[in-house]
Amino acid sequence: MAAVGERDGEVIRTAGLSKVYPKADVPAVDGLDLAVHQGELFGLLGPNGAGKTTTVGMLTTRVVPTAGTAWIGGIDVVARPTLVKQVIAVVSQQNTLDRSLTVRENLYFHGLLFGVPPRQARRTADALLERFHLAKWADASVFALSGGMAQRLMVARAIYHRPAVLFLDEPTAGLDPQSRLALWEILGELIADGQTILLTTHNMEEADQLCDRVAILDHGRVLALDTPAALKQGVGADTVVTVQAAGDPAALAELLGREIAGVTQSRLTGAGVELQVKGGGANRLLPRVLSAAEAGGFEVADLSVAEASLETVFISLTGKELRD
Amino acid sequence: MSSSAITVQPTRSVFAASRSALGALVKRDLLVLRKHAGEFAARTIMQPLLLVFVFLYVFPSIGQGIGGGSGHAGESDFATVLVPGVVAITIMFQGIQSVAIQLSQEFGYTREIEDRVQAPCPLWLVAVARVLSGATQGLISAVLVFPIAAVVHAPGVEAHLSVHWWVVVTLIPLACLAMTSLGLVLGTTFEPRNIGLMFGFVVLPLVFLGGTYYQWTKLSAIQVGGFPWLQTLVLVNPLIYIAEGMRAGLTDASHMHLYVVYPVLIGFCVLFLSLGLRNFRRRVLS
Repeated sequence: MAAVGERDGEVIRTAGLSKVYPKADVPAVDGLDLAVHQGELFGLLGPNGAGKTTTVGMLTTRVVPTAGTAWIGGIDVVARPTLVKQVIAVVSQQNTLDRSLTVRENLYFHGLLFGVPPRQARRTADALLERFHLAKWADASVFALSGGMAQRLMVARAIYHRPAVLFLDEPTAGLDPQSRLALWEILGELIADGQTILLTTHNMEEADQLCDRVAILDHGRVLALDTPAALKQGVGADTVVTVQAAGDPAALAELLGREIAGVTQSRLTGAGVELQVKGGGANRLLPRVLSAAEAGGFEVADLSVAEASLETVFISLTGKELRD
Repeated sequence: MSSSAITVQPTRSVFAASRSALGALVKRDLLVLRKHAGEFAARTIMQPLLLVFVFLYVFPSIGQGIGGGSGHAGESDFATVLVPGVVAITIMFQGIQSVAIQLSQEFGYTREIEDRVQAPCPLWLVAVARVLSGATQGLISAVLVFPIAAVVHAPGVEAHLSVHWWVVVTLIPLACLAMTSLGLVLGTTFEPRNIGLMFGFVVLPLVFLGGTYYQWTKLSAIQVGGFPWLQTLVLVNPLIYIAEGMRAGLTDASHMHLYVVYPVLIGFCVLFLSLGLRNFRRRVLS
């Protein structure tokens, strides 16, 4: 077992990993090179169809790559899927809990599945139920769980066998805000325990808040890969100003780009203009934008300012919004 | 929490991990069976009970008993034919119920299979585990049904049963395996919304042309131009070998030779299992 990259604490490594589905003319994932380190929370951020789920599928033995290689803890995922499955865990987008079993039995049988002796399997199941605030529901059918609780149970089940990597595919999609926060808290605790996590999301706030490093994906390729702070810094702009005004937006964009100092990029958003501005935090940016627009004959209907986010990064990389 | 630290390296061999995973998968299925024991028994018994009730009790009692031309003797001969047939279709329905319908739902609707295939064992073992627990259910149902089929009948009508144990204890497990393997093929082929189609075009023809209600040896009477076409055609039906085998195991009635029944059933087992495992793999991997 050649321990590829293990010396520098790499848990996941991919080299030129690609997937072209039969009958598709464009690759779903195109030459992916990633390295995820032990104890890291790594995010794959991108719109639907960017190749996030396919990437997770290849790393979790479910999707067979058409080219390239992936290793988990130095084990070739394609050549030795059975061995890899011992050290990974997956929480998928759908609810995959066993409907015929109770909440506790879902955990207990997962333990047996991974070779834990029955007595210890029961103990660990109970400990996890406590830890994930599900003890009250231990003997209930999984049908009785709300979406957020079912998600928690799936995470509890996934970490049951102490996986080297926990894969979470769009974990908060479809969760209410409260359950989302609860899950973020749980992931924070897992990371504090040294758990390596790879998650996919199309929620930039989630990626920004949670992830140590983020790879921005579009059309199966990595457009940028760094810490959220460095990615935002890399855009060059720290502030985003949105202006809505009657009149020709293109002319407004042109005017503001000329008049306002520090504009790095401007973009039309239907009814208005979005400006990325460097050093916009100071210097009374909003009054300056307002007077420049009015002086140019535009009647400003709405004006807003926000800090640069990963959304800004995505827009500056692709020219389109993440939520499209 | 467990005291073991997170390790990147697998701690167990593939063989050891697979063995415990197989054990857990089967144990889970049997626990679910135990939880729904009443439902299982009712579901298993209902069809055979109705069959023997109508054919062996109602028909003879109202004077339209099958084989009734020669009185109770003829009706008893029909009972002798029917009882092994009823055991055979019970085994077949159990294969369909416990494997085909379950798997079809898990693939198409509940997605439970998504988690099960992450078990630390080869993919095929996940399918084999389901076949094994399905076969166990088949065994239990055969044991449940036989006494009912043997006991329910009108006064004067009686199946002439004589149990040939060595045939029974070898053939029933083999039949259960063959039928759950068939269930694996069907469950990985049909989407949940097409289950009705499966019953109409696969299950019903198998049952009615599977020798449940008649002996295969007697089909030679149906001929076109001297050729026993029906007797030849039904040879593609795996159920005919099970029904004939049960006849050999449970009665002294004439039946297809056992040296045909065993190899062909083993052949069907291998065929269905390899087709089913191939389908399963295709459904799981992309």
